[in-house]
Amino acid sequence: MFGKLTLEAIPFQEPIIMGTLAAVLLGGLGLLVLLTRMRMWGYLWSEWFTTVDHKKIGVMYVIVALVMLLRGFADAIMMRAQQAMASADAAGYLPPHHYDQIFTAHGVIMIFFVAMPLITGLMNLVVPLQIGARDVAYPFLNSLSFWLFVSGMVLVMMSMFVGDFAATGWLAYPPLSGLEYSPTVGVDYYIWALQLSGLGTTLSGINFIVTIMKMRAPGMSMMKMPVFTWTALITNILIVAAFPILTVTLVLLTADRYLDMHFFTNTLGGNAMMYVNLIWIWGHPEVYILVLPCFGAYSEIVATFSKKPLFGYTSMVYATAAIGVLSFLVWLHHFFTMGSGANVNAFFGIMTMIISVPTGVKLFNWLFTMYRGRVEMSVPMLWTIGFMITFVVGGVTGVLMAVPGADFVLHNSVFLIAHFHNVIIGGVVFGCMAAINFWFPKAFGFRLNERWGKASFWCWLVGFYVAFVPLYILGLKGMTRRMNHYANPEWRPYLVVALVGAVIIAMGIFFTVLQLYVSVRDRKKLTDPSGDPWGGRTLEWSISSPAPFYNFALVPRIAELDQFWEDKQNGVAYVQPAKYEDIHMPRNTGVGVYMGAFGTVLGFALVWHIWWLAAIGLLGMIGSFIARAYDQDVDYWVPAAEVEKLERSRLAKLQQLHTTQVVPVAPSRQKVA
Amino acid sequence: MHALLSRLRYASVGAAVFLSGCNMEVLNPKGDIGADEKSLILIALGLMAIVAIPVIVMVLAFAWRYRASNKNATYAPTWAHSTRIEVVVWTIPAIIIAILAVITWRSSHTLDPYKPLESNAKPVTIQVVALDWKWLFVYPDYGVATVNEIAFPTDVPVNFQITSDSVMNAFFIPQLGSQIYAMAGMETKLHLIAREPGSYAGLSSNYSGEGFSDMHFQAIATSQDGFKDWIAKAKATPVVLNDETYQALAQKSMKVPVAYYGSVAPGLFGKVLNKYMDGMQHEGLPHEGPPHEGMSHEAMSMDMHHHADGDAMSSPITAAKAEK
Repeated sequence: MFGKLTLEAIPFQEPIIMGTLAAVLLGGLGLLVLLTRMRMWGYLWSEWFTTVDHKKIGVMYVIVALVMLLRGFADAIMMRAQQAMASADAAGYLPPHHYDQIFTAHGVIMIFFVAMPLITGLMNLVVPLQIGARDVAYPFLNSLSFWLFVSGMVLVMMSMFVGDFAATGWLAYPPLSGLEYSPTVGVDYYIWALQLSGLGTTLSGINFIVTIMKMRAPGMSMMKMPVFTWTALITNILIVAAFPILTVTLVLLTADRYLDMHFFTNTLGGNAMMYVNLIWIWGHPEVYILVLPCFGAYSEIVATFSKKPLFGYTSMVYATAAIGVLSFLVWLHHFFTMGSGANVNAFFGIMTMIISVPTGVKLFNWLFTMYRGRVEMSVPMLWTIGFMITFVVGGVTGVLMAVPGADFVLHNSVFLIAHFHNVIIGGVVFGCMAAINFWFPKAFGFRLNERWGKASFWCWLVGFYVAFVPLYILGLKGMTRRMNHYANPEWRPYLVVALVGAVIIAMGIFFTVLQLYVSVRDRKKLTDPSGDPWGGRTLEWSISSPAPFYNFALVPRIAELDQFWEDKQNGVAYVQPAKYEDIHMPRNTGVGVYMGAFGTVLGFALVWHIWWLAAIGLLGMIGSFIARAYDQDVDYWVPAAEVEKLERSRLAKLQQLHTTQVVPVAPSRQKVA
Repeated sequence: MHALLSRLRYASVGAAVFLSGCNMEVLNPKGDIGADEKSLILIALGLMAIVAIPVIVMVLAFAWRYRASNKNATYAPTWAHSTRIEVVVWTIPAIIIAILAVITWRSSHTLDPYKPLESNAKPVTIQVVALDWKWLFVYPDYGVATVNEIAFPTDVPVNFQITSDSVMNAFFIPQLGSQIYAMAGMETKLHLIAREPGSYAGLSSNYSGEGFSDMHFQAIATSQDGFKDWIAKAKATPVVLNDETYQALAQKSMKVPVAYYGSVAPGLFGKVLNKYMDGMQHEGLPHEGPPHEGMSHEAMSMDMHHHADGDAMSSPITAAKAEK
């Protein structure tokens, strides 16, 4: 009846897990009671869960990502504590069985359920606004992508309490991840969580490519697109090209585990090297999928806060595109030590180094954007400067390991761990933090508190170096990754310092939470009345904060790269049009939520081999989708009168400000909003 | 270019001095491969420092100089393009990467783990089997085997033939240089040489499951006499490694102490390699003798690349050192 699922699947004997479970249950119960008392359910359901508004979906992605950051970071600090204790073959407090799941979960969660939703959320929030669109191309698909991602996340979280998670490392290399060496459900949780959320990612990749290609405001040619949108375009092309590889690779692993196939087993002609190649053919583009939108965010931020246009826009675009292409030609540098020949290794090593040229050009472009500017040290700019320095260090250690001869002694060491945290924290986390601080007013109508934002930045920056410089050194001392305990007591002082670094980062996370709390409390004081709090350059800053649900009352006409900035210079940024038009909008739908819920059921049932339940989950997903396909009531019109009322009240507010100037109707420029 | 490179090497001595203050095993190599890899690391770092250090300095300098409150600094609110700067920022990194690419091509060939080391001394062959979770070492020329300890003479090339009878591992002695994966049904190769006697830590550097953290071993580089004594000690151990004892050893176990086998059934390593190829893997080691060991050995070794003999690139390590 319940497949492999029995009560024994719940790890009652693990006090740490049971304590967490109790906290989660109590906290969840408290939240439920609170929401019920405040009568929030109706509001949450109709305004948020069923929304197809790209801005709200973006916000939900970021909220989920920040919650998952807490989980992923809890894993991180547990690992640091374990390694700080388990010197001279002491056992520490985490047995290998638990520790191995933690480092696997840490990697999976941080990449798939923190970094991915952060960048997807930011692209959701920003891209349609930057190109003058009213939503993404497929608003329902967008909602579906989000809920599929959530269903994957739910599976990962469930694995902690029901059964176990993979203890294989975050890429689940076979044969270790095969049934013979990992007979429990951990790898199955891994597979289905990634398949569900990966499907969501692929769909959202398609959605954004179409949105950017087809829905730009009239006049916005490709080379007049804001840089963030450019990076989003390249990233989504990479998603659509790379994620199907992940899907297929995991399908083959699934076939090995469920259908007794032998794609990657030791026996009967299976070949684990094939998996390692395939997973990295997805895996290397994946890191560029994460970092490119962050490069885009840095570009917008550095131009805005230097009060200058971005230096070398064209070479920035070409550099981004070049990185996108090259990212598919370097995967083998993740396993130089597998025994490919010198020619193969050298080829992939050199391709890897070549990527550093366009990446270096980007850095120089940001640098020369600051040159002869008026650099305001706001919170987003601090993150950007911190990134520029940290990323150079990460780039240097990356190119170093791209030399096969050097990699032969550095591979899989904690030097490698330090390197990729250097680029992922220094590039992606800093970028997302900068972007959140930068675009927060556009989502919520008020700025984030500067003081706690700066405190968070300094803790992250200092914490990063304190946590990872010791790992660079330990890598050179020959310490390898994923060790539960170690014999060499010389390593311990470094690991204690690294733990201190992790604690400093924890303070950075705490200050971000505090920053959010203080900002919500002081939202009146931090309000952004103009919709343009930073002196922005791109279209999203031309509309009110928070952005109206239809984004643009009139679709803007584009003639320049930084159209809004030009309009401000010419005094025509805020124009009262002669008349407004009805606006066509997509209607909210719960189908995404239902499909996500059925997806969770499907994944859970497959993990535990409960076939009837899996059938319900799958049929539920398909049935919901068919029902949606027959739903004719998917859109509605916002009457011009309502648009006019909203826009007039905004223009009236703008007129009261001294900083902006509203131009009465100018027939020749009527179309320019 | 060599003058430039050697200068770069000295340029990175500063960094090296700082780093050696912490006694870093990888930067304190005891053999030729490790020494070459160390200088490769320092050369690459030195080359990259040419760009990286100015960039870091410029970030800080520009951010300070052009801070909003500094009204003395020039402000060029529309300046966003300079062909001259663009040419420089594309060219300089490209040149450095071009130099590094040449170094990479050459060093990838000279440091190829599969390439035998040139030496007058007769190499010692050690067959390595990664097991859950210990290392089995077989000395085919001496008919002995050990668990979690190897020994070899200094100044003598050691040829490692590596496989796994379980999941993927990686064989690594940081102070001697390169690591390489150990994979079931495949033979990878590694060639190392020690120049100083000592006992060096060896480990698995690829996570392989629960007992992975204890999968370390000692690699003892010693004199010829010391090596002879060590072999004699192993030979004197009255334990035989045959199919039966191998099966017992191959069972999952953790924190396995050092053990010696005074004699080894011939062809054991080949059988471990073969068992994943003949479709009878569940019976363990089915054949009494290795009927086609020679053939399968050739067929299964990870010779994905063919050494172009006589190719200038594959000049031996010793020659490469002399060149520098």
